[in-house]
Amino acid sequence: MTKRTVPRSRLSWVDTISEAAAAMAQRPIRTLLTALGTILGVAAFVTTTGLADTARAQVSARFDALKATEVRIQDAAPDGTNPFPGDVDARLEALNGINYAGLTYPVDDTIALQPRNTATRPTGNYQPIPVAAATPGAISAALPELSAGRLYDQFHQQRAERVAVLGRVAADQLGITRVDNQPAVFIGDTAYTVIGIIDDVSRNPDLLLSITIPTSTEHRDIGTASPAYEVLIDTKPGAAPLAGHQAPLALRPQQPERLQALVPPDPQTLRNNVEGDVTGLYYALATLALLIGTIAIANATLLNTIERRPEIGLRRALGATRAHIVRQVTLEAAAIGTIAGIAGTAIAIYAIAAISHQRHWTATINPTLTLVAPLIGLVTGAIAGIAPALKAAQTPPAVTLRS
Amino acid sequence: MNARSPAVSVRGLERRYAGPPEVVALHPCAFDVDHGDFVAITGPSGSGKTTLLSLLGLLDTPSAGSYLLDGVDTASLTDRQRTALRAYRIGFVFQAFHLVSYRSVTDNVELGLTYQGVNRRHRRRAALEVIDQVGLTHRRDASCTTLSGGEKQRVAIARSLIRQPTLMLCDEPTGNLDTATSNQVLDLIEHVHLRGVTIVMITHDPDVAARATRRLTITDGVVAEPSPLIA
Repeated sequence: MTKRTVPRSRLSWVDTISEAAAAMAQRPIRTLLTALGTILGVAAFVTTTGLADTARAQVSARFDALKATEVRIQDAAPDGTNPFPGDVDARLEALNGINYAGLTYPVDDTIALQPRNTATRPTGNYQPIPVAAATPGAISAALPELSAGRLYDQFHQQRAERVAVLGRVAADQLGITRVDNQPAVFIGDTAYTVIGIIDDVSRNPDLLLSITIPTSTEHRDIGTASPAYEVLIDTKPGAAPLAGHQAPLALRPQQPERLQALVPPDPQTLRNNVEGDVTGLYYALATLALLIGTIAIANATLLNTIERRPEIGLRRALGATRAHIVRQVTLEAAAIGTIAGIAGTAIAIYAIAAISHQRHWTATINPTLTLVAPLIGLVTGAIAGIAPALKAAQTPPAVTLRS
Repeated sequence: MNARSPAVSVRGLERRYAGPPEVVALHPCAFDVDHGDFVAITGPSGSGKTTLLSLLGLLDTPSAGSYLLDGVDTASLTDRQRTALRAYRIGFVFQAFHLVSYRSVTDNVELGLTYQGVNRRHRRRAALEVIDQVGLTHRRDASCTTLSGGEKQRVAIARSLIRQPTLMLCDEPTGNLDTATSNQVLDLIEHVHLRGVTIVMITHDPDVAARATRRLTITDGVVAEPSPLIA
């Protein structure tokens, strides 16, 4: 016989998987205990990562709500004339990222106008009520909530209808609580039909104090020269800087510098900082948890291989190469890690849902993470198993058989 | 197989363990075992019997000397080649049985072929045949934890037989068995020998050694072949 006549010892992958599966299945308690560390590690990793996503969504929502969607365009050089065109709403609402936009300005000389609910001018103590002019888009951009009636629209604006919308405070002063009986208010000697009462606004709270009429109506009936023409814009989240850049060009292309855009401080940087801090902290905790899981599975695998030294010695005696031993032990550890990864992910999803429910958050879980987590378990298990596997394989079979 | 070479040829084989103090477990020894021999190596506990058997089974590497297995100088082999020789040429029967406790009788016997790359279907068929030969067909699906000592050793012999080894090494195969069971196991080993398998058996029991056709002694690591008169 020569060396060449002896074939190599072989172990198919099917047999490797079969042997590993048999080892795990026949000792379920040990498998479970070995997996426990990784289950906790992966669960902690997915939970903390998921909560980081959830918290980030909450942070974003709160920052977005802080008027990050409000832009104001003002006259940079007020000279008493209106620097804005007559179709502010149409020009701006055609731009991407803008929900509502419109012109608004206070109507001066309210003492002379004496807004009231009767045709007769008051003779005694008179509580002045502000009058404002606004295009429909300007009122919508204030995100109003109505207690009665409706807002006027482009139809009223184009036809310069004599309609008015009252703020809650102005309506109280005028004693108007309903609009179905078509109440009127008088500004000067002209009657305006009240078609809606605004109960609350998210921005531009002056609307609550005022009688607001269409700008076209104001221009025809009163013709004030306001020093405070202003365009109010409601944008989609994140679109405010762009709207602030584009709006002056859209409104006054021949002289955009006449207009000044007031864009709120971009919360993006602040948000990124906060998110970075939160995410960094969560990832640090998650990595720590995973590290503990790795150590746990490595420790359990090491104890397992020490206990199984006679079996490993036997396999070596029967023809298993060192690589076969490493492959089987590592595969067992990786399989346990994968199972632990799946179990840990399931636990984590329940934990995220429970915590989010308790805190009234919207649970945000990255679906990729739920697919990656079992792979994390697999890699964790394989890494944890490789050192004990190498150690087991390096020990001479004569020694392990005597164990 | 080279028919002109002995199954085992040992020259100056020695095993030392580094100290301090350095221990000489096996002093340089020389002997041959021919194909088809049934050799018993006897000696008291700690005399070096298991060390010698580990060297013959390629489970350990000698400190010096040469060992030719079927004419192949094992000293020149890589670990992978030594492993392959174990997989295809050598069968083991241990005193402690060394069964995989959480597996069935059939699975344990199949394990003898697993590292030869034999597919599962053929392994299963071969396993059932040798299980029948050792008289354990009725226990083929039993877990090894439920077997008696004699049954465990018969499973170990079946696991060795399934490999069709040229050399079977038995380390105190009856060490954990009562007399009646020992005889059954020895009958089985004799039967294997009659099929032409070379057997080297270690024992401290003269009665067990008497079953062999040839005897070597080992005392304090020194191997000797007693004269036929003494034997």
